Amino acid sequence: MSNKKHITLSVNGKTEEFLAEPRELLIYTLRERLNITGPHIGCETSHCGACTVTIDGKSVKSCTMFAVQAEGAEITTIEGIGGPDDLHPLQEAFKEHHGLQCGYCTPGMITRATKLLEENPNPTEEEIRFGMAGNICRCTGYQNIVKSIQAAATEMNAAKEAAE
Amino acid sequence: MKDEITREERVDNLKGMGCSRKRVEDARFTQGKGNYVDDLKLDGMLFGDFVRSPYAHARIKNIDTAAALEVPGVLAVLTAKDLEPLGLHWMPTLAGDKQMVLADGKVLFQGQEVAFVVAEDRYAAADGIELVEVEYEELPVIVNPFEALQSDVVLREDLVAEDGSIPDGAHGPRKHPNHIFTWDAGDKAPTEEVIASAEVVAEETMYYHRTHPCPLETCGCVASMDKVNGKLTLWGTFQAPHAIRTVVSLISGIEEHNIRVISPDIGGGFGNKVGAYPGYVCSVVASIVTGKPVKWIEDRMDNLMTTAFARDYHMTGKIAATPEGKITGLHCHVTADHGGFDACADPTKFPAGFMNICTGSYDIPTAYLEVDGVYTNKAPGGVSYRCSFRVTEAVYFIERMIEVLAIKLDMDAAELRRINFIKKEQFPYTAALGWEYDSGDYHTAWDKALKAVDYEGLRAEQAQRVADFKAGKTRKLMGIGLSFFTEIVGAGPVKNCDILGLGMFDSCEIRIHPTGSAIARLGTISQGQGHATTFAQILASEIGLPADSITIEEGDTDTAPYGLGTYGSRSTPVAGAATAMAGRKIRAKAQMIAAYLLEVHDNDVEFDVDRFVVKGAPEKFKTMKEIAFAAYNQAIPGIEPGLEAVSYYDPPNMTYPFGAYVCVMDIDVDTGVPDIRRFYALDDCGTRINPMIIEGQVHGGLTEALAVALGQEIAYDDMGNCKTGTLMDFFLPTAWEVPNYETDYTVTPSPHHPIGAKGVGESPHVGGVPCFSNAVQDAFRPFGNTHTNMPHDHWRIWKTANDLGLHD
Repeated sequence: MSNKKHITLSVNGKTEEFLAEPRELLIYTLRERLNITGPHIGCETSHCGACTVTIDGKSVKSCTMFAVQAEGAEITTIEGIGGPDDLHPLQEAFKEHHGLQCGYCTPGMITRATKLLEENPNPTEEEIRFGMAGNICRCTGYQNIVKSIQAAATEMNAAKEAAE
Repeated sequence: MKDEITREERVDNLKGMGCSRKRVEDARFTQGKGNYVDDLKLDGMLFGDFVRSPYAHARIKNIDTAAALEVPGVLAVLTAKDLEPLGLHWMPTLAGDKQMVLADGKVLFQGQEVAFVVAEDRYAAADGIELVEVEYEELPVIVNPFEALQSDVVLREDLVAEDGSIPDGAHGPRKHPNHIFTWDAGDKAPTEEVIASAEVVAEETMYYHRTHPCPLETCGCVASMDKVNGKLTLWGTFQAPHAIRTVVSLISGIEEHNIRVISPDIGGGFGNKVGAYPGYVCSVVASIVTGKPVKWIEDRMDNLMTTAFARDYHMTGKIAATPEGKITGLHCHVTADHGGFDACADPTKFPAGFMNICTGSYDIPTAYLEVDGVYTNKAPGGVSYRCSFRVTEAVYFIERMIEVLAIKLDMDAAELRRINFIKKEQFPYTAALGWEYDSGDYHTAWDKALKAVDYEGLRAEQAQRVADFKAGKTRKLMGIGLSFFTEIVGAGPVKNCDILGLGMFDSCEIRIHPTGSAIARLGTISQGQGHATTFAQILASEIGLPADSITIEEGDTDTAPYGLGTYGSRSTPVAGAATAMAGRKIRAKAQMIAAYLLEVHDNDVEFDVDRFVVKGAPEKFKTMKEIAFAAYNQAIPGIEPGLEAVSYYDPPNMTYPFGAYVCVMDIDVDTGVPDIRRFYALDDCGTRINPMIIEGQVHGGLTEALAVALGQEIAYDDMGNCKTGTLMDFFLPTAWEVPNYETDYTVTPSPHHPIGAKGVGESPHVGGVPCFSNAVQDAFRPFGNTHTNMPHDHWRIWKTANDLGLHD
């Protein structure tokens, strides 16, 4: 198939320009074209959330969005959230509270949680469970994921207070 | 020499057994730097994908690949005809049957692999698949195993002789062309006699529905044949990399030393990734044909529809007892639906796995189990989904039979369990169906659990609720789910456990580096269990070097010692034992080195946390770090340089973890929606290596149990269409549906395991499923319910209420 489209988008602060077929899914662009393999493929039907990225400030499942639909967008993946020298409090908290096991859902889970806490810095347990319901984990039973997000929220709020 | 720190601090510094050491795996996973098979990219790598059958039973008249081969980017299309000259159009299954790699003249289930399209990328492969023209002739479909045993429709013509007779299968005589085996355990006649003459007999028929392990990462592999050096490298989601290497060697003819199998990070397994699948074989062949690396990754529909279903057991039970509730006999018959090929993943001698643990935690003097395996037009598999071989089925069976008996006796189900438990002093206990339970203290665990939840109080509350319901004051019923389970894990003793003739031992190899750090390699492979964290803890305690200084490596057959992999909660019982034993070999040599350095006799030094000390003179010592260095820089008479050890461990017995679970549930009679108010789980997994990880395993196993009990199902229609091929239809609970769990424990160490550990990963699933199910059924007990089948989704719960007249 030809009919390729010219696409420009930004991933983790870096501008990317390429030609892609209209049918190319964003997760494919990220993983295969740009070699950003943090987001994973789990279901291809928007149910599991392993492919979650942030696009223009919203949590999006990149397995059911075409790359052309992300034209001009600013995308953040787990790789843009924190690295070895600047771990995000959520990354720290998931390690500290055993919020992961096989690790396959973790990038999507943490990426979603960054948005959740941005939208609601003091979520109740119920709000966390509801806000994370688009991300499936098969290993942890969620209890420690909830705990991790609560701990990160506390940590982030304390840091914010200290800065003010 | 004086020490600056206390003995307690030295213990803490090791981060050995018993501490909640944080996981070393997590840094990479939280940063998106895991290395799963689909993350792997090689130069020139191609992508393979399957043309799959839309029919559940059909003859293949013709396959035309010409148009597909015209698609830009498509390099090859493999069919059974291409594989036949290599003898690879069929492959052996783990159960002694054989399975088509690509459809050879017919298909036996919907989604069966018909052709393998190899292309430059996934999109080209998908385009090619669209254009492969397959001409099918539909055949009558059988999805019910009872019908299969009566039908004239023969599913496996390859298993019927030309004269129409039925040759024996891998497990003995077959009584019908669609029959696979009959397997039994225990004493038939005495059991029937006990039941015939018993004062009380409860009977029940139950269906443990078909489901699927559904790890978040599907199955996949990358095969790369290096034609220059004649070496094949196969990366994949393998729960048993060494076994895969041996299988690939046996079926391909490539010598085993020329095959390197690598399991990178695995995104959950739960039994799905034990078996060998057509995708692996086709990827290897495609790499040989094209000379390039070939990747194959299932999509979710492929995964749910074709690889590794679990359960699908139709069970009929009879349980006999005295009027006081003492159980005198148990009879169980199973009709096991194995699908189109018998690809169950069980030890060779156990075609129904360890179903013969179905006498459970109870002292039942007489029992008999008979299992009939049957072919149907459903996907092959029959794996142990988060359990040791068929143990979930066994525990569900007995824990339902206990409840049904309690109803018959009009007795409290907790009390009925208590009076039938095997007593502490009876261990080691030989059960009527043959297993020797190594250890247990069931009464203590049960009492602790019932006390923790205030069982009496719960029953009083439930009685009040029933009264309120009858008085029209509430539309919610309350169910109290009980389960007490005994698992049988850690397969297993080579004398009775093998897979494809490979004894189910496991292994560990340790190398201590001169500066006092180490690497240990094992024959197992973590899929999220945290082996890199916990095995280092075992070693830290055994050899006195900090866990943080020990690298654990698994999954590369070129470097790891041979082992049978990770499933059936066997890693800690078997490889964990090998790790401890290898550690003890290190320690034995270290003792000789220490004695030499301290200028005393070998027997005059003793191990103390992280050092050897001179007996009676603790100020004279050599730390393990010092000893490690000495092993590499001193010429010690009579001792080889270096400090390494390897252990292959053949366990003398299985281990028998147990636990007591209680679930409290409110059920809305009008919507069928259950609300789990409380779940208490007490696990006894013997010696506890890392409490944090144990708790995490329990949370996860319970959640998978909740899924299976309350909605998760692989369902077919009469045409053999799989109705649950996506996560829209296949229930995976989210954070919203899952409760918080209360965990608790007792510790009854395994007497035969070097560190007393028993395994824990699967217990919560095994014990959890009957507990959730019993809670639902208990809610309806006051209204005449004895048994309804899982999964208890909202519709089925509503239907139960409706059938009982609760909507009138």
